[in-house]
Amino acid sequence: MTAPERLNGGQALIKSLEMENVEVVFGYPGGAILPVYDPIIDAKLRHVLVRHEQGAGHMAEGYAHATGKPGVCMVTSGPAATNVVTPLADAMLDSVPMVCITGQVALAAIGTDAFQECDTTGITRSITKHNFLVTRAEDIPRVIRTAFHIATTGRPGPVLVDIPKDIVDANNPAAYFDWYWPEIEDLELPGYQPNVDPDPTAIADAVELMLAAERPVLYVGGGVLKARGAEVLLELAELTNIPVVTTLMARGAFPDSHELCLGMPGMHGNYTAITAIQQSDLLIAMGSRFDDRVTGKVGAFAPGAKVIHVDIDPAEQGKVRMPDVPIVGDCRLAMELMVEELKAKGAPESLADSSAWRQQVSGWQEKYPLTYEQSAPGELLKPQYVLERLRDLSPEDTIVASGVGQHQMWASQYWTFDHPYTWINSGGLGTMGFSIPAAIGAKAGMMDRTVWSVDGDGNFQMTAQELVTAAVEKIPIKVALMNNAYLGMVRQWQSLFYEERLSEVYLSHDMPDYVKWAEAMGCVAFRVEDPDEVDAVIQKANEINDRPVVIEFRCHSEENVYPMVPAGGSNDAVIVDPTQQPTLDAERAAKEASQ
Amino acid sequence: MNRPGNLENHTLAVVVENKAGVLARVADLFARRGYNIVSLLVAPMDDERFSRITIVVSVESAPLDQIVKQLFKLVNVVEIMEMIPEASVERELIVANVKVPTERRDEFTAIIERAHGRILHDGDGHMMVSLAGEPAEVDAIEADLKAFDIFDLQRTGRVAMRIVGAEAPVTKV
Ligand SMILES: Cc1ncc(C[n+]2csc(CCOP(=O)(O)OP(=O)(O)O)c2C)c(N)n1
Ligand SMILES: [Mg+2]
Repeated sequence: MTAPERLNGGQALIKSLEMENVEVVFGYPGGAILPVYDPIIDAKLRHVLVRHEQGAGHMAEGYAHATGKPGVCMVTSGPAATNVVTPLADAMLDSVPMVCITGQVALAAIGTDAFQECDTTGITRSITKHNFLVTRAEDIPRVIRTAFHIATTGRPGPVLVDIPKDIVDANNPAAYFDWYWPEIEDLELPGYQPNVDPDPTAIADAVELMLAAERPVLYVGGGVLKARGAEVLLELAELTNIPVVTTLMARGAFPDSHELCLGMPGMHGNYTAITAIQQSDLLIAMGSRFDDRVTGKVGAFAPGAKVIHVDIDPAEQGKVRMPDVPIVGDCRLAMELMVEELKAKGAPESLADSSAWRQQVSGWQEKYPLTYEQSAPGELLKPQYVLERLRDLSPEDTIVASGVGQHQMWASQYWTFDHPYTWINSGGLGTMGFSIPAAIGAKAGMMDRTVWSVDGDGNFQMTAQELVTAAVEKIPIKVALMNNAYLGMVRQWQSLFYEERLSEVYLSHDMPDYVKWAEAMGCVAFRVEDPDEVDAVIQKANEINDRPVVIEFRCHSEENVYPMVPAGGSNDAVIVDPTQQPTLDAERAAKEASQ
Repeated sequence: MNRPGNLENHTLAVVVENKAGVLARVADLFARRGYNIVSLLVAPMDDERFSRITIVVSVESAPLDQIVKQLFKLVNVVEIMEMIPEASVERELIVANVKVPTERRDEFTAIIERAHGRILHDGDGHMMVSLAGEPAEVDAIEADLKAFDIFDLQRTGRVAMRIVGAEAPVTKV
C-alpha cells in the first residue's frame, strides 16, 4: 500500500473541489483566503476572476441554472462574505444548488473583531440551506463532500463553508493531514435524509382525481426543472391532455409552442393562464410553491379547485394552500409513477371528457392574447417588439438570463421557451443586477450556446462591471439593454397606484453613455433607436463570438406591463391590455347581471 | 406572556446534533418565521452526540404542522416528537428567594410543605425554596409566593417525556 498523501488544508480544499468534478470556480481573492489561492495556480479547475463578489455568486447561480451542476464561488472574509449575501439569499429562494467558500480569520482571532472578521455563518444562517465553520484542516474533505451533497440533493440550495485562514496555511504544521475522500454513506448526517420517493397510495389518489377532473390544470414550477422532469411532464400532459402553465421559475419546462401550453400565470401572467387556474376544478401543483406573485389573494385563488401538490420539500405542503393530495417527493419520479398508474387505470380512454374545457381555454387565448401597439414613426422602440425580434433572430436553444423589472416580465412573456434550462432569472428574491453575471455563469458552463442577457438600464448599472470579467475571461455573452430611462417597474406602480406621482424613478436615456461604457469594458457596443434598425443589429450581434456584445435599445418610457394583477388582489380582477379591457369589462358586467 | 398550560401551546422534544451553533439555528428559525417560543430548554442527552431541546411553542402565529416541518428542514435536527398531554409527563422546576417576615414564617413554611416544596436556604430574613412539579403546580406555587415580597424567582421551562406504550404522534417526515 502506498503511504497516504500528506496535504495541507488549502491543497485539500482544491483537491476536494476537483473530486467533486468542479470545472469552474467564480471567485475573488483577499487576505483570509490567500492560502487557498496559491494551490489554484496548479489546479486543473478554471478560476474566473470576477470584479465584485456579488458577481461571483450570481455567476455560480447562472452556471447551476444552465448546467444543473452545482455552481461554486469562493471569496475572502468580512466584506467579501457580506458581498455574497445577496446571491446566497437569491439561491435560497430559487432553490439553486451552489457551494460558496468564504475565507475566515484565523481560529484564534475569531470573536476578537479582527481585521475583516464578520460572523459569516451567523449572517448567512437563514439564507443558506446549511452552512459550516470548519475548525480542523482534516475536516475539509468531509465538509466539502457534505456541502455538495446537501446543496444538490432534496430541495437544492446554497451551502456555505467558512474556512479560517490558519487551517489552510501551508506554513502551519497543524494544517497538514493524510488525505482521504469519504463516501457519501460515511458522512455523518443523522438529520438529513431527503425523501425523494413519492408514496404510491398518494399517487393513486392523485390519479383518481386526474381521471375525474373536467377542468384540470398542471401548475408547473421550478421543481420540475430541478428534478430534470421536463420529458416526463410532456408525456404526462400529452397522455391526459391537461393544459400546462409554467411559472416564472419554470419557463421552458414545457414547450411554449405546444398546444397544451398556456404560458405564465401570476401577477404579469397572461389572461388565459391566470383564468384557467381560477376556473379549474383540479390544480396539479408540480414543484411549485403557491408564491404570492402567482396566487394573488390566497383566499380567492382557484376557489373551486381540488389540489394535488407534489413537492420534495414537506414544508411546502400546506404552507399556503392545503392540498387534497399532498405528495412529498421528486417531481420526476412522481410524474413517472402518475403516467404508469394512469395507463394502468385505462388512460387516456378512462379520462373524463375535458374537451369543453380545452375549447373554453382556447377561446380565452384567442380573445385575450398578449398584445402591444407598435411604436408610431419617430417614437422610440417598444420593448416587446425588440424581444420578439431577438427571439426570432437568435438560435432556438438560446439561453436567456434576465434582470428584474418590466423587461423581465416582457422577456418571460414574449420569448418562446421550447427547451428546459433556457430561461434564467431571479424569481424569488427579485434581485436587480442578476442578469449579467448569471449570463456569464451560464455561458461559462455552456460555451457552445448563445447566451443573451436581457437587462434593464437600472439593473445594468448594478452589475455591469462583470462585462470586464466576460471580456477578459473570454466568456462572450450578449446583452440586450432595454433602456427606457426609468426604473420602469417602479414607475409603472407609481403610475397605476400612486396617481402618477413619480418619485425617484427617472434615470435618463443618455446618462451614462452605455455604448461608451460597454466599449470601455471590452465589449462591442451598438445603439438602436429605430425599429427598422433592430434586425440588422441583432444579426450583427449574433455573429460576434469572440467578445461580449451590448446592444442598447432605446425604448419607450411609458410602456406598462400587462396583464397585471394588482398586489394582493384576486386573480379574477386581472387587468388586461388597455385595448382589451373594455371587452373584458363588458363580459364581467354581463356575467354579473346574469347571476 | 403566554403562560405554559395555554391550549395554544404545544410541547416539542427536538433531538439535535450536539454541535456548535445548533441552538442558534433553531432560535433563528423561530425568529425568522415569526413563531413564538414560550419556553425552551436544552441539554446534552445520554448519548452525547445529541442534545434534546424541549420547546413549548405557541401556535397562534403558525400551525404546528408548519413549525415542525420547518424545524425538520434544519440539517442538524434528527427527530421531533410532539409531547401530547395524554401521552407524556411534563415537569418544571421553580426556584425562588422570598423575603419572609418573622410573623409570617409559619404561614410560609405551611405553603411550601403543602406543595411539597423544599427550603434550600434560610437566613437574613429570606427563604430560598424550590419546587419541581407539573407546570400547573408550579403556576400555583408561583401565585402563592406572590403574596410575599419576592426577591428573585426563576422557572426553568418544561421538560417532557413520553409514557412508554403511548405513541408519539410526530416523527420525522
Ligand atoms: C436590488 C434591488 N433593488 C431594488 C429593487 C426594486 N425594483 C424592482 S424592479 C426595479 C426597476 C428596475 O429598473 P430597470 O432595470 O430599468 O428595469 P425596467 O423595469 O425599467 O425594465 C426596482 C428598482 C429590486 N428588485 N432589487
Ligand atoms: Mg428601465
